[in-house]
Amino acid sequence: MLLSLEPRGEHSRVMLWCSPILAAVLTLTCGFVLFLALGHDPLLTLHTLLIKPVSDLYGVSELLVKALPILLCALGLAVAYQARIWNIGAEGQLLMGALAGSAVAVNIIDLQSRGALVMVIAAGMLAGAAWAGLTAWLRTQFNANEILTSIMLNYIALNLLLFFVHGPLKDPAGFNFPESAMFGDASRLPLLLEDGRVHAGVYFALLALVAVWVLLQRSFLGFQIKVLGLDKRAAGFVGFGEKRLVWFTLLISGALAGLAGVGEVSGPIGQLVPQVSPGYGYAAITVAFLGRLNPFGIVLASLLMALLYLGGESAQMSLNLPQAITQLFQGMMLFFLLACDVLILYRPRLKGRRSVPKDSTAVVGAV
Amino acid sequence: MHNPAPGARLQLRGITKHYPGCLANDRIDLTIAAGEIQALLGENGAGKSTLMKIIYGVTQADAGHILWEGREVSMRNPAQARAMGIGMVFQHFSLFETLTVAQNIALAMGPQCTPQQLEPRIREVSARYGMSVQPQRLVHSLSIGERQRVEIIRCLMQDIRLLILDEPTSVLTPQEAEELFVTLRHLASEGCSILFISHKLAEVRALCHSATVLRGGRVSGHCQPAQCTDAELARLMIGEIAASIEPHTKGVAGEVMLDVAGLTWANPDPFGCSLQQLDLQVRRGEIVGIAGVAGNGQDELLALLSGEQRCAPGHLRFAGTEVSSLRPDARRALGLAFVPADRLGHGAVPDMSLADNALLTSFQQGLVHHGLVRRSKVVALAEAIIARFGVKTPGPHAAARSLSGGNLQKFILGREILQQPRLLIAAHPTWGVDVGAAATIHRALLALRDTGAAILVISEDLDELFQISDRLGALCGGRLSALKDTAASTPVEVGGWMAGRFSAIDTPPTYAPGSH
Repeated sequence: MLLSLEPRGEHSRVMLWCSPILAAVLTLTCGFVLFLALGHDPLLTLHTLLIKPVSDLYGVSELLVKALPILLCALGLAVAYQARIWNIGAEGQLLMGALAGSAVAVNIIDLQSRGALVMVIAAGMLAGAAWAGLTAWLRTQFNANEILTSIMLNYIALNLLLFFVHGPLKDPAGFNFPESAMFGDASRLPLLLEDGRVHAGVYFALLALVAVWVLLQRSFLGFQIKVLGLDKRAAGFVGFGEKRLVWFTLLISGALAGLAGVGEVSGPIGQLVPQVSPGYGYAAITVAFLGRLNPFGIVLASLLMALLYLGGESAQMSLNLPQAITQLFQGMMLFFLLACDVLILYRPRLKGRRSVPKDSTAVVGAV
Repeated sequence: MHNPAPGARLQLRGITKHYPGCLANDRIDLTIAAGEIQALLGENGAGKSTLMKIIYGVTQADAGHILWEGREVSMRNPAQARAMGIGMVFQHFSLFETLTVAQNIALAMGPQCTPQQLEPRIREVSARYGMSVQPQRLVHSLSIGERQRVEIIRCLMQDIRLLILDEPTSVLTPQEAEELFVTLRHLASEGCSILFISHKLAEVRALCHSATVLRGGRVSGHCQPAQCTDAELARLMIGEIAASIEPHTKGVAGEVMLDVAGLTWANPDPFGCSLQQLDLQVRRGEIVGIAGVAGNGQDELLALLSGEQRCAPGHLRFAGTEVSSLRPDARRALGLAFVPADRLGHGAVPDMSLADNALLTSFQQGLVHHGLVRRSKVVALAEAIIARFGVKTPGPHAAARSLSGGNLQKFILGREILQQPRLLIAAHPTWGVDVGAAATIHRALLALRDTGAAILVISEDLDELFQISDRLGALCGGRLSALKDTAASTPVEVGGWMAGRFSAIDTPPTYAPGSH
């Protein structure tokens, strides 16, 4: 008996919904066995990983705080990925957004007007877009592969940020810690709840969600982006300019990543620090595909990713679970989710003996 | 219970093959005698290619039996089929362009043969069957007809007893096709069986001793083509008389819509074809046909006309407007429409629905409002195309790739025609399309012409061009012959143009296929 995959010929609507459920069942089963084998109480561990982090309002608000930057980056990436522009540089674009926003904010600490926040946010988005624009320019001008250029620009962005936070932007009254001064209140994103750290960035995320949804699902520009992604020759045949779309998609995804970055420094952090992002820009790549490049799928996927971040931390703290194990569990879940999506396009089939005769001598007319 | 027919080289019994969502072969029986040339006829999607792949071991049948010289066998892979003496020439050649003829053949023969050792044998085989090929030539310098000869010689290098040819003449000029037939008859006279897949009825009648006709995955009849009329064969293939070839009236030409004057274009691709001094006019109310063997500048001319490639200004005028520097969408806005040669991947996005593919070129027809797509209008347009041109599909949400070639072509052509273009440029409009769909497409083109549109058809099918065009010419080596009234020309004359034999040749074409 041999398990083989056969193409279905079309999408399976049933599997579209069932594959995440199947993945969840597989993850829970494997997690159960894994924790049991390591001598932990499997039910307690799963509870600590997946339910405890969101069992109170504070937990939920932390979940949103974690999910926001991932969501913003992933929405932008989805636009680029629909056009098969593989922007891997959301992390760098996020860091540049944080850096530029901070550079503006520390110079207007005493400004009381609401305009301060607008300036900070605008600076962050422009810097993110400009950083992605470099990739777009290299791609359209020199046909340089955007995967390589955007990854390399991530390292440059990180080191630029480190240089500024250790140098020009360091708080003069900060005892030489590598941190900027705290932003003025007018440059901070207001909190939404009394307790918890949920901030007004939620509104930006909702706005971005609707905008990206309209762009991809309803607009003609989104149609052009999809045609370019699916079939470059057809796009050329009808005159959907490739260069124009490369610029557009990269600028959009850069601006959203920049917004995510500036939202971190002017939201929960309140100043520029070396660790603005624990890899949100990279997590967003997984999230974009996990959400199947659909804006609403990406919302669910970014919440799940945030939950994995929180659950991993809480399991390390309360159960003394090593970080490697929590990351193993996270990796397992992402693997199953992506792997089960194969079933949408392919049908598993057991190849038994009754099918094609394998040997000429073994067959002969049984009829 | 199986009694092999005496003298049968290959017998198929009850061959059945399922693919997801379709029954490609349904209980097919077929017998080929030694030395017989048998035609396998059928429209696109009738299951010819699947049956070939089963015989050649590329894929395996779900049920049924294969008897080779009276013994039951199972074909597991092409290597086994070759070892038994079965050779196949595919429609798309499998040759390495950067290697020589001898190197290509040595690759297929296995590690014990070096190209040098094979050269005398290649010369011997090519001389014996009248196929002149030089073993040391690089394949990219060969014409399509010569490449096909290399493919055939490669099959003949071993003891071959069944040769399968998949639409071998679709890339040949009439003269080259006739040379191929001489070779095939010679082979058959030595006892080699030949299975000849085609949908060109005249060729089948000229060459084949017998014919098996497939329709919808089943055998719909056997016949002796020499004794059948086109109408009878067509009826077996498509099951109705819709295929009857009707004589078409000629159009009345009006003012010039497309004016190509002295178009010269150097192709940056070293293996592509450059265009030299093309002059071409297409008027309102006429169909101009351009014949030519593939690779003689058709793709380049089409790309320049559609705007995918730009040329120096001053050579392309559309209804008096200079369009050389305009993008494809700007040219469409002027009333040009295009049907490219490749349906999937060029004319239509395979993974998108028919509705989205309708939007692909019709977006200037009021389907987009304030940058947003008007879904209901797009779907209505797709439904209109499907209904009006008889596209067989579950509906406007079916993916383009799920349609058969003929149906997709009807959809693409319908999409362009409903835009009421002033000039339609169609490449190979019925290439690989079954007889019924081809008739529909021809009628649609003629109807569009009669409304006053100018139409340029680029095709490799001479029968088609003679049927529908009012004037025609041929491309060879990037040069265009003078255009002549169809009524005053003959296929033999156009065949000569296709081989580069037209007047005022100051620079010889890069190659002249089949002219020796």
